Amino acid sequence: MNMNALHRIAALIRKELHSILADQQSRVLVVMPVILQVILFPLAATLEVKNNTLAVLNEDGGHASVELEQRFARAAAFTKILHLTGADQIAPTLDEQKAIAVARFPQDFSRKLNQGISAPLQLLLDGRRSNSSQISAGYIQEITTGFVAERLLAAGGPPASTLVVINRYNPNLDYRWFVLPCLVPIILTISALILTALSVAREREHGTFEQLLVSPLTPEMIMLGKAAAVLVVGLFQASIIILAAVFLYKVPLSGSLALIYASSILYFLALVGVGLCISAICATQQQAFIGSFSFMMPAILLSGYASPVENMPQWLQTANWINPIMHFIVIVKGIFLKDVSLAFVLENCIPLAIIAMVTLTTAVIIFRRKFG
Amino acid sequence: MSGFSRTRLWALCRKEARQILRDPSSAIIAFVQPMLLLFIFGYGINLDMDHLRLGLCDEDGGPAAAEFTAQLTGSPYFEITGASRPRLDLLLENGDIRGYVVLARDFSRLLDSPGETAPVQVVTDGAEPNTANFVGAFVSNAWQQWQQTRARDRGETAVRGVEVQTRYWFNPAAVSRHYLIPGSITIIMTVIGAMLTSLVVAREWERGTMEALLASPVTRTELLLSKLLPYYTLGIVSMVVVVLCAVFVMGVPFRGSIAALFLVTTVFLLSMLGIGLFISSTMRSQFDSAQTTLNVAFLPATMLSGAFFVISSMPAPVRMLTYILPPRYFVSSLQTIFLAGDVWPILLPDIAFLTGTSILFLALTALKTARRLDQ
Repeated sequence: MNMNALHRIAALIRKELHSILADQQSRVLVVMPVILQVILFPLAATLEVKNNTLAVLNEDGGHASVELEQRFARAAAFTKILHLTGADQIAPTLDEQKAIAVARFPQDFSRKLNQGISAPLQLLLDGRRSNSSQISAGYIQEITTGFVAERLLAAGGPPASTLVVINRYNPNLDYRWFVLPCLVPIILTISALILTALSVAREREHGTFEQLLVSPLTPEMIMLGKAAAVLVVGLFQASIIILAAVFLYKVPLSGSLALIYASSILYFLALVGVGLCISAICATQQQAFIGSFSFMMPAILLSGYASPVENMPQWLQTANWINPIMHFIVIVKGIFLKDVSLAFVLENCIPLAIIAMVTLTTAVIIFRRKFG
Repeated sequence: MSGFSRTRLWALCRKEARQILRDPSSAIIAFVQPMLLLFIFGYGINLDMDHLRLGLCDEDGGPAAAEFTAQLTGSPYFEITGASRPRLDLLLENGDIRGYVVLARDFSRLLDSPGETAPVQVVTDGAEPNTANFVGAFVSNAWQQWQQTRARDRGETAVRGVEVQTRYWFNPAAVSRHYLIPGSITIIMTVIGAMLTSLVVAREWERGTMEALLASPVTRTELLLSKLLPYYTLGIVSMVVVVLCAVFVMGVPFRGSIAALFLVTTVFLLSMLGIGLFISSTMRSQFDSAQTTLNVAFLPATMLSGAFFVISSMPAPVRMLTYILPPRYFVSSLQTIFLAGDVWPILLPDIAFLTGTSILFLALTALKTARRLDQ
């Protein structure tokens, strides 16, 4: 490539950046959504169970049940305890979601417990929120087990053997530590993909694409210019999110920052490839937008962020291999939380490289055939 | 300005319908995308941990350790890989397992000496907090069960404690799909309602055909209705398709009434259409309009509506914010209609709020359109 071509590409990148950042409204749209998402999503995206209301129906009234009830009230998961006075209140409480669960102590609960007979505690949960309900049930179980163990110990019995749970990489299971490394890929995807797909479509709709084609630029150079501009904007957005993750949300960055940036570039190439493929097929901005949206939605939802990839059926896990977001989340989360080895990062970069190569080549072929 | 004309409205609606039918991307967004999303939510998004890959390191090798290992291996919930600690650490780092159990060297001995507690350790992958929670809870359960069985087998009178009997109302097997699908329907309807209209109307502004329409004898009401009716119809049709698919293909129970569902869907669609129309008449281009809709309508519907993430666990300011978002009310109504039935104390406030937002956004759009005409 001679100097002349480089010069042209540089001019093209300037033009692309100008069209992305030309007016106030567009500039705002490059920065605002990222900031908004970085502020809102980590706070919103949680599967933890907090601030819930637990309803208690205590038909027993004995010492043991009252003590247990107080322990429930002290748990962080339940900030409010709703006291029911009769069994007829259970149905409306759950129906109208006044509480996530109803704990019911039957009449002879304390008596049975004192006699060493197994005492049943009924726990009725709202299945409309089954994940939270299951976690709440886990807390109740944990509190109850602790309570029983303490009683046994106080009665002079042998200490129950308990098992020790250690959460590696995230000792307090803080959901934000999980969400922020996932958000880096997701937020980048939303902006980069739409930016790429729509920039070509917008030029085609406005007729400026034909003008570019009659210039001395080849289709490859045009694509390179667009890719470079998206890369510049994308890396800027990525930096905002990484800074927020480390300084605002205090997620420990245990691995190397350079490695995150290096793999980001590869990830951007894959994204730009997908975006250019979409824009090569679509004639209008509406189609390009819907096209990128149709790719993005499934890709984000199946990326392992909404729910673990290993919970999916096997065929879907296999199909998910072509999903660049999934690979990039594994890389970013690995570097952030686990300080994974370089070999692990490289291994997960291979699919990204293949996706980038295939999509970019396809885009070039389609563009050549259409406009060459 | 001339009065309301039904002929003109009909003509405009026909024009709009033709535009929808002509562009394959509208069909994609109205039918293909919803089905795709529904299947992803149904099969791909699964929070039920019925198959956990765990590691096991038995440093003890005694009979008791072997018994407990058998208990874990026998459980349908676990897929157990036995290995040494360094190997398990590597598997955990690479995400091949989500946790491992360590039975320390003197496990069997300590278990048999009274007054000692046997060292059992569970290490989970905290990089997946939700899964880690389940790993801890499941292994604890297995451990307690094993201890009880063991005590019974040896003829010891196990001191029985409290037996927590759990029952999940509306969803006895606690299948996450049953609540995720009503949530996903909300996202689908948001896409159809807000996204499609915002793009279509922005295009009319961008290309100048809107000015042409405004210069014609068409009244503001006719213009708004001509945008509303075809897209409302499109939304209802794809709602029917999606609900049928959810109930008959994905097996989500439907315990409420069709009338309640129709009512809630109508007010939600109208408020989404209102938002879409308002954004597109405020923004100047399709690109900006699309970006704004994505951020103002779609992302909140995914993140802040309660479709996946639990609103009650969010910090108070974010929780407050969800109260002004229409998707929140639709999610709550749909989950209730599908799983619980027509619980009016929940449905009525939802419907009232959605009616309010539809009126608000449609009125704002009407104002905005009028002002544009004055310029």
